[in-house]
Amino acid sequence: MNHWIIAPVVLPALLAPFMMLTMRRDLMLQRVFGLAGTLALLGIAAGLLVSATGTPADVYFLGNWPAPFGIVLVLDRLSALMLGLTAVLALAVQLYAISTDWDTRGRHFHVLLLFQLMGLNGAFLTGDAFNLFVFFEVLLIASYGLMIHGGGRDRLRAGVQYIAFNLVGSTLFLFALATVYSVTGTLNFADLAVKVANLPEGDAALIRVAGVLLLLVFAIKGALVPLHFWLPNTYAFAPGPVAALFAVMTKVGAYATIRIYTLVFPTGTPATGTLFAEILQPAALITLGVGVLGVLGAQTLGRLVAFAAIASMGTLFIAIAAFTPQALAAGLYYLIHSTLAGGALFLICDMVSDRRADDRLTRALPPIPQHGLIGALFLAGAIAAAGMPPLSGFLGKLLILDATRGPGMALVWSVILATSLISIVGFARAGSTLFWKAHESAPQARPVHKAEPLSFAAVFGLLAALLALTVFAGPVTGWLEVTAAGLFDPAAYIDANTLPTGGTP
Amino acid sequence: MELLVASAIGLMTAAGIYLILRLRTFSVILGLAMLSYAVNVFIFASGRVTVGKPPILSAAASGYTDPLTQALVLTAIVISFGMTAVIVMMALGSYLNTGSDRIDMDDEGETR
Repeated sequence: MNHWIIAPVVLPALLAPFMMLTMRRDLMLQRVFGLAGTLALLGIAAGLLVSATGTPADVYFLGNWPAPFGIVLVLDRLSALMLGLTAVLALAVQLYAISTDWDTRGRHFHVLLLFQLMGLNGAFLTGDAFNLFVFFEVLLIASYGLMIHGGGRDRLRAGVQYIAFNLVGSTLFLFALATVYSVTGTLNFADLAVKVANLPEGDAALIRVAGVLLLLVFAIKGALVPLHFWLPNTYAFAPGPVAALFAVMTKVGAYATIRIYTLVFPTGTPATGTLFAEILQPAALITLGVGVLGVLGAQTLGRLVAFAAIASMGTLFIAIAAFTPQALAAGLYYLIHSTLAGGALFLICDMVSDRRADDRLTRALPPIPQHGLIGALFLAGAIAAAGMPPLSGFLGKLLILDATRGPGMALVWSVILATSLISIVGFARAGSTLFWKAHESAPQARPVHKAEPLSFAAVFGLLAALLALTVFAGPVTGWLEVTAAGLFDPAAYIDANTLPTGGTP
Repeated sequence: MELLVASAIGLMTAAGIYLILRLRTFSVILGLAMLSYAVNVFIFASGRVTVGKPPILSAAASGYTDPLTQALVLTAIVISFGMTAVIVMMALGSYLNTGSDRIDMDDEGETR
């Protein structure tokens, strides 16, 4: 039993209250400890990534209780990947927030960030459906705090909507879990996989209902149409670095969908069959369409990037809905790409709207400080988000197109290709208003703006990660193919959940 | 007994959904509270409805009721209380900041 598995949950859970109790007045100490915590999480995630590559699945039995009775944390390649991704994004967000003084506009930014990381890490690691709910709530309650960080009336109004929507989602989640429990009598993923596969005929209808309810919950998290309404306002009004961190929060929905629907309800299950793929695919296609139309029609920069995030979730869910190892490997590649690209784009967008003091796209304003550099960054972010060569978004989309060959390919291909074109147009329109037409408008005295080298470092770091993902696409996809193959052959995952002999308490 | 529990869950869910579809934050919060009551009873009932049986080991017991759903419902209650407190504070803050208790983002009709 590898004790490091629980570290990504325990470390922020201990550090955050410690920071809140002992250094609530001292921002400098909070910054130092917050950064140290995130760096430590990055180190632990890297270590877990290495250890998960070697073994098929590693299980941490809390209190050494055997699996269906006790709570377990499971580390496999997928959860290790998500931990690493979260830590990288969190580090960039934290550097950016420190550099731009976002963390001084309200209290406890770093504490809330750590609690959010605890919830995210727990959700990625847990091997138990009810614990998934609990960690969802932990990450949500931290995200409520982060969402309204800095205050202001628009942010508060958007925050109330966001909370109300998510509370309905949580209620739905509990209904789904109770239905699953009433049918199978267990909530452990591995145990569920065994029980659902051998379900008596009469319970099939009830488990189908539970499966669809769960899918709805994950669709709310992943902002799938028609459950995406919370996202544009939330992301547009959330503080810039927080919106960037939320780029990984939508991926929790994708992660949970991948986990549950490959492990518990694989397409070969007699009770459910391909039901979930049939629901998911049209929803994903429409999500992609709605996302790019939003990009095209957005009146403010914040909404533009928010709709780009919806579009990226659509693309990701298209790959997931195919439910083949090849498509899932492509989808995971796109998941890494879209998290990093989304985070970078939100940070760049915050740089622009902070300097412009107006994020409306309807009129051009005089050039902003550091005009050329930020313009170039926006170009890079837009290329990444739209999926143009040479960055990894292009490779990700190419892999997804390649993996969705077969019946129904005409529809999927035409939607992905047409939406790519539309989103390029949308980004080009925004870019020309922000950076080209700026030179035509009346020149004003340039306001002085502090240089913020750290925030540029954060954005360049994310873009460099994208570049690395592009350059090392070969080894990365090779690693992801093994990951996807492991997800479609869950025997190792299920076996890992039995307590090793001699491990009785 | 089953009919009573089932219809109670159904009624509370229906009332909750009706209330969260309203425009004012107060009724939305009431609706969310109603929904969380419904789901708590539902979780409790998912361990089968049994009367007069203990959930913990007892020498005198003739049978047991499912203890796990009681643990689950306890967690769910705690979480939903916390979340309700958060949304009440948020709604209050939003009302004091904007002078409106509408939950939608429509800027028209803001002045009451």
